[in-house]
Amino acid sequence: MAFHHIGTSPERVEDAALLTGRGRFMDDLPVPAGALHAAILRSPHPHAEIRGINAEAALALPGVAAVVTGVQVKALTRPFIVGVRSPIDHYPIAVDRARYVGEPVAVVLARDRYVAEDAMELIEVDYAPLDVAVDPILAMDEDAPVLHTAHGSNLVSERTFNYGDVEHAFASAAHVVSINTVYPRSLASPIECFGLIADYDPHEDVYDVLTHFQGPFAIQPVMAMALQVPSSRLRIRTPPDSGGSFGVKQGVAPYAVLMAVAARIARRPVKWIEDRMEHLTAAGSATNRVSTLEAAVMADGRVTALRWDQVEDVGAYLKAPEPATLYRMHTCMTGAYDIPNLAIRNRVVVTNKTPTGLNRGFGGPQVYFPLEQLMRKIGNVVGRDPLGIIRRNLVRPSSMPFTTPSGGVLDSGDYGALVEQALLEGNFADLEDARQRARRAGKLYGIGYAACVEPTISNMGYITTVLSAQERERAGPKGGAQATATVAVDPLGGVNVSISSTPQGQGHRTVIGQVVADALGIAPDVVRVNAELDTGRDPWSIASGNYSCRFAGAVAGAAWRAAGELRTRLARVAAAKFDCPAEMLDFRDGKIIHRENTNIGIDFKRLAGEGHWAASTLPPDLPQALSVTEFWSPDVLQPPDDEDRINGSAAYGFIFDFCGVEVDRATGQIKIDRYISAHDAGRLLHPAMADGQSQGGFAHGLGAALMEELAYDADGGFLSASLADYPMPTACETPSVQIVHRQTASPVTPLGAKGIGEGTTMSAPVCIANAVADALGLEQIDLPLRPAKLAAIIEVRRL
Amino acid sequence: MKPAAFSYIRAESLGEALDALEQYGEDARIIAGGQSLGPMLNMRLAGPEVLIDIMGLKDLDRIEFTDDGAMAAACVTQARFMGRLELPRAQPLLHEAMPWIGHVQTRSRGTICGSLANADPAAELPLLLGTIGGVVIAQSKRGQRGIPAGDFFKGMFETALEPDEMLLAVKFDAPKPGSGVAFTEMAERHGDFAIVAVAAVADQDGVTLGLGGIGPKPIVKRFDGLAERDVKAVLVGLAKSLDPQSDPKADAAYRRRLARELGLQTVLKAMERRHAV
Repeated sequence: MAFHHIGTSPERVEDAALLTGRGRFMDDLPVPAGALHAAILRSPHPHAEIRGINAEAALALPGVAAVVTGVQVKALTRPFIVGVRSPIDHYPIAVDRARYVGEPVAVVLARDRYVAEDAMELIEVDYAPLDVAVDPILAMDEDAPVLHTAHGSNLVSERTFNYGDVEHAFASAAHVVSINTVYPRSLASPIECFGLIADYDPHEDVYDVLTHFQGPFAIQPVMAMALQVPSSRLRIRTPPDSGGSFGVKQGVAPYAVLMAVAARIARRPVKWIEDRMEHLTAAGSATNRVSTLEAAVMADGRVTALRWDQVEDVGAYLKAPEPATLYRMHTCMTGAYDIPNLAIRNRVVVTNKTPTGLNRGFGGPQVYFPLEQLMRKIGNVVGRDPLGIIRRNLVRPSSMPFTTPSGGVLDSGDYGALVEQALLEGNFADLEDARQRARRAGKLYGIGYAACVEPTISNMGYITTVLSAQERERAGPKGGAQATATVAVDPLGGVNVSISSTPQGQGHRTVIGQVVADALGIAPDVVRVNAELDTGRDPWSIASGNYSCRFAGAVAGAAWRAAGELRTRLARVAAAKFDCPAEMLDFRDGKIIHRENTNIGIDFKRLAGEGHWAASTLPPDLPQALSVTEFWSPDVLQPPDDEDRINGSAAYGFIFDFCGVEVDRATGQIKIDRYISAHDAGRLLHPAMADGQSQGGFAHGLGAALMEELAYDADGGFLSASLADYPMPTACETPSVQIVHRQTASPVTPLGAKGIGEGTTMSAPVCIANAVADALGLEQIDLPLRPAKLAAIIEVRRL
Repeated sequence: MKPAAFSYIRAESLGEALDALEQYGEDARIIAGGQSLGPMLNMRLAGPEVLIDIMGLKDLDRIEFTDDGAMAAACVTQARFMGRLELPRAQPLLHEAMPWIGHVQTRSRGTICGSLANADPAAELPLLLGTIGGVVIAQSKRGQRGIPAGDFFKGMFETALEPDEMLLAVKFDAPKPGSGVAFTEMAERHGDFAIVAVAAVADQDGVTLGLGGIGPKPIVKRFDGLAERDVKAVLVGLAKSLDPQSDPKADAAYRRRLARELGLQTVLKAMERRHAV
């Protein structure tokens, strides 16, 4: 089938409204009559007993309807369930103990947000501060303050994995090279913070929450169980627009539960819009991680084994789907390399910090930061350029599909060819000259590299790798990733498509229009795509949502298949009419035409209408030709096997980045001279959007590299509660990236597409760190690369 | 991030604004562009009972360039002042430094006098006034007085204004003939408050150096008869003598380094730009 629209870059159907201020975001939507506005009083203490809450003065303020506290919420809910069995009770609000700065302590419901905030200042909370556990390593000490006394320790999960013969590989290695890294916390910071409107219908015992929750909808049952209703009685609806998420809006889930209960208590609908200070403090964050990584290296630079020791800090509670940040990458802990032996020790620790959650890159930056710095260090040890080490170890195209030691199946791609293409198109030779010229002129100039695989379309079963095989056996197998789309024709041949991908600004509706138009041979403007989701009405699965780069591969693929099935049905209707085999009919230019005798044909809209107007004339074994709902799950996604091997994602893109940076000697400020990011993300459905994803992914990676850190002091105090204290790069600080593409169609996804949205967020932090380390002559360096830190290095090393 | 309730007075005349100031004193705040006060209200870091909005006072919209200096009245926005054709010749240091203030969007509302009255130790305009020299005109019902630039800033967010006084206008002195100027600052992002900002004016008799972001108010030093070969030693000595604050962004050692390195670059550039009269 010829593609006319797929692979082109039409204007986005979403943009006219967005660019003219007519987007319909949470705070733009009408509020039900009688709705109350919520403000959340949050703990100023990182760790404290809550001895009492006196809300009398707040309740006496005119306009205040209710003050909801943890005790009331506990009476109507159950703690959230998580993937790791432990006696940790997590409610959406502190009950008798607050465990991080910003944890909700009380909810004020009032006639508007102003009054609610006035009332908040009148609530008296009797706190008894407790000792804190902030550093994840110290938090594992025997005498460290314990956050959850019922659990008795801050270590909530520990697993070790051994694939291949790691001992032998290390024993026979020419070199053992190791690295210790500390990866800081950051937040992807969408421009629109959380928002929701919650209601409770006491007659049918139904909770209804309108929110830009982005999925995964595996969290819907988690929420329903917390609310103690059958999941059919928690209806989640999404608004037409969402102002970005990058994973973060998964974190609205506990607030949805909290405000649903608040609405029930107040017997009124409740609207809550999170402000930026709340968002930075308590929305969630990427995990901070302490990693030790050792490599067994042959004399020629070939790596034969890796030994990981990862300590993951998930904050004060293990919040579903954590510890997924740790286990998403389990499948590709050897990165883009053919390294046959692998050992992993994973520990998950709770500390007095905000609980973590989804953030663009989800686990990738934390893994590639040590791995790609280690590759550079190996180059130094064996006396080869880091690029030579990367080339030496990349998975070869003849090995595709390549099974990693931990069970990942890298589906396709010629990694080495993309590296060479990037070096050529990115004019690498010139960059090496630039470094030489700069250094001769006395400047601090360095080059960095990063090679990464980008997992796309998560296996719903990967998180169960945190359980032992016996525990998994008891819980039942989990694997797969259902995507769904519905394609329907109306009586005049208009095509309506609905998808459960909960877009957060990425232009899903445009791309699905392209895909369906190509499948049916019609113009994209005949196709209208609705991406609002209503769990009480629309088809969805626990895998639905907007995460793990699943749109292009899974959701567009499902739409393609749904449209293809509808086309097959329509072809049969036409075939019966023309008395010819259905295979002889082609769909193009809005017509169905006989391939050999082009005099035989019918307009698409006419044929589509027959299913409505003349249902009785359809072929007898064709139930209908009006609407097809397709579910698609890649069959390569199976549950973990008994040896803990798991293919965590359906497909894997490949990224190779390199860059040149200059560090200002006086100020320590970094100037990105050039940045090249090369991708093989399979077939590109809309190349301009793919470029946008790479550029945006880079901006997030750049922020993490240079300046972003959700910082805590040693006493658990939070230091980054405003945008003055949590700087993010703006357009002024973000250079344009030179983007290089290579398209190797994935054999796994219906359209051969893979994701591209997270890759550069994974690669840029370490690529820039490698360049800075090169500029300053260091073995390695931790993030963020703030100028004061670099200036201190320059001063100490007298550079 | 919603402000507590306050009363709002949109002053129709200067007299009305001064009456309100006299009546409410420390419970009142003047608001002009609101680029600093707005966020402070929303974060409840400021909670005045009364806001007196002066942006409707057309008389306070004046800019004057004369032989002895440049005057901006209370409602002159940074953007409008920057856009005056006289600026490069009349006030070369302001011309060079003002693009560092915030962004186009904030400058289009933020006023010159508002930034001075706010007296943020890391803001550019207090530093520039201190370095260039000039006078601040304060007005109350009691009368008008001129406060020399060097006496105006008292500390972090503190000025010599009395509770019943408003800042009516500022006058920047005209540069001496033949002088050269230079400005730079270090911030992690363009438009942020500076970690350290440096302004220098070099005339035939010596150099005036201003440092922002180091202490609770701008530091202005005059070095008479400074020769180019001595600049480095002077800056090394000056940097050692500084006692800057530390914060998560930058510790004291880094601020001293910036004062030294950027001070050196900036002073030398200003000296180089001197020209014969």
